[in-house]
Amino acid sequence: MTSPPKSPLQPVDSLDRRPRLAVHKLSSCDGCQLALLNAGASLLRLAERFDIVHFAEAGIIDVDAEADIALVEGSVSTAEEAERIQTIRARSRWLMPIGACATAGGPQALKNLANAEAWIASSYPEPQHIDARPTADAVAAHVHVELELPGCPVSTPQVLAALASLLAGATPLAEQDKICLDCKRRGQVCVLVTQDAPCLGPITVTGCGALCPSLGRACYGCYGPAENPEVATLAQRFAELGLDAEAVKRRFLFQQSGAAPFQQLLREWHPKPRAGSATASVDQGSSMTSEDRDHSMISASGEDEDD
Amino acid sequence: MIASRFLPRQHLQTLFDQLDALGYRCIGPQVRDGAIVYDRLGDLTALPIGIGAHQTPGRYRLEHQDHQRCFAWANGPQALKPLLFAPHETLWRTERDDAGRLAFTRELQPAQRQAVIGVRACDLAALALQDAHFADARADPSYSRRRHDLLLVGVECGQPADTCFCASTGEGPAISTGTDLTLTELDAGFLVRAGTEVGSALCDALPLRAPSDGELAQAEAEIEQARLSQHRSLPGRNLRESLFANLDHPRWDEVATRCLACGNCVAVCPTCFCSTEREQPSIDGSGSTRVRLWDSCFSAEHSYVHGRLLRPDTRTRYRQWLTHKLGGWHDQYGRSGCVGCGRCIAWCPVGIDLTAEANAICSDASESAQEAP
Repeated sequence: MTSPPKSPLQPVDSLDRRPRLAVHKLSSCDGCQLALLNAGASLLRLAERFDIVHFAEAGIIDVDAEADIALVEGSVSTAEEAERIQTIRARSRWLMPIGACATAGGPQALKNLANAEAWIASSYPEPQHIDARPTADAVAAHVHVELELPGCPVSTPQVLAALASLLAGATPLAEQDKICLDCKRRGQVCVLVTQDAPCLGPITVTGCGALCPSLGRACYGCYGPAENPEVATLAQRFAELGLDAEAVKRRFLFQQSGAAPFQQLLREWHPKPRAGSATASVDQGSSMTSEDRDHSMISASGEDEDD
Repeated sequence: MIASRFLPRQHLQTLFDQLDALGYRCIGPQVRDGAIVYDRLGDLTALPIGIGAHQTPGRYRLEHQDHQRCFAWANGPQALKPLLFAPHETLWRTERDDAGRLAFTRELQPAQRQAVIGVRACDLAALALQDAHFADARADPSYSRRRHDLLLVGVECGQPADTCFCASTGEGPAISTGTDLTLTELDAGFLVRAGTEVGSALCDALPLRAPSDGELAQAEAEIEQARLSQHRSLPGRNLRESLFANLDHPRWDEVATRCLACGNCVAVCPTCFCSTEREQPSIDGSGSTRVRLWDSCFSAEHSYVHGRLLRPDTRTRYRQWLTHKLGGWHDQYGRSGCVGCGRCIAWCPVGIDLTAEANAICSDASESAQEAP
């Protein structure tokens, strides 16, 4: 457990100018910028307290601007982005990647597990026009960062809380609690225990407010691994629920496949045989065994499909 | 023993009506999201009528059953704890005044009389422990206010789950103390006995009759059966010596290979009281809010002291949970922190059984391990 460094800002009273905020974009869907743009009245207050120097989705464009605080969404996926992130770093005092792409590579990092060049060659008649590095990387793989805020998209309250702390001259708090603790604080019923849903909550860091379990769905880990994530133990549990080894691994192949604990699982994990257990494999479309269905006379939701 | 009276089933609504007339907000069991949870209860039709709860390690399923009983299930994921020890609570606010000085304001929820219907013996024992922590020793103002305004209607447990072991810890399944009113459910209605003056006044307003000898015998037989049907047990009621003598037992390493360190056991435990506090500054810089949240000894923050994690891994965190719950509590509160409700077994996503771990670790111990009932 490490804390991010101290805020580069002094409490706002003692500042002779407004601090400058930049919101950069690399390879991404813009959803994290939109999470900020949708902050409503808080966005207006943010605009009063910061000099927003670059924020493309808000129509403010000066990509080379110097900034006290720079948020970056998106992965480093092209040669141009690999250069640009160096420039952004050099011109920003506090660099904070936001969202799954910027913190773990995002869904596009799935190509890191395959032969990306062969994919491109098979899809495009003239692949030389495609500017794509062989891997989609987290920002921190290229430059030093002060604090990462994960999520797909990033949590607006988390971004605002971090910015408010920085404005107050305080070190922002890095959320470390697992989804399970947040889920229980909200009085939600465990979908793994009541439905055998292959929920990633026990190893995923919160920030979303345990959103998927609140809707009776299994967490699919879009905020990425929490500290001390017992990934292999959870994978073994999924195997015991009836998922075959491939289906178990696919649970870790969404926005966060680039996260180190998930990479390790994908490389090393094999289900342990259980004495006396059936060896029948169940495909990913079903998260319950027939025995479970027999017992599940009152189901929590009308469906038991997977993501 | 206080004499019981009998409330025919068709008059159960009268109890709700009386509580409502006295200004109580009724909280009671109901089915939500595949479990029995406690929440605001408008009338008795929302009770889990004809519902049972099948619970095994790591597994919980509701079942329709062929009867009209409302309380024929063992406990759900929570009962009293979230109502008193709020999972998320604002403690105070800081505002900057016109002169730029900070002003601190305590945040205290307005008083609200609450009546909880369907409280079990295990949860009453847990409440006594939470009282010792929050009301007696520290006089937490929010907890104490909610506790003061709380009315308790207990219902004795006739259908313990596979995960229950209250007979082993000595808390249940019969209710001996701690309620305003105690009910024992039978097919035709409820045996009722008052535990406080408030409870006696409620009884006076209910259409009660004398119970038959058959009804009294049936109630006693059902509670005895509930006691006998429990098959899990701890190896003793005071495991302090044997746990702390076994801090390097290989079982801690073994259980760490099965444990997710997710903290679900802590969150559902009715006696766990750890909390953390967070500062939430407003984006306009005008002030800040201090909130208290449920914490867990499985979180990193829980053992983070001055730049260092004292318990960095699952082994040390699980050991902290078990040795504190079954050992350290004796020093703090004069008894074990376990009331035998079995929630940590049913709601553990990987089905770790606290009684099995305690038995494995304390197997070579001491006289205290011999006093199991």
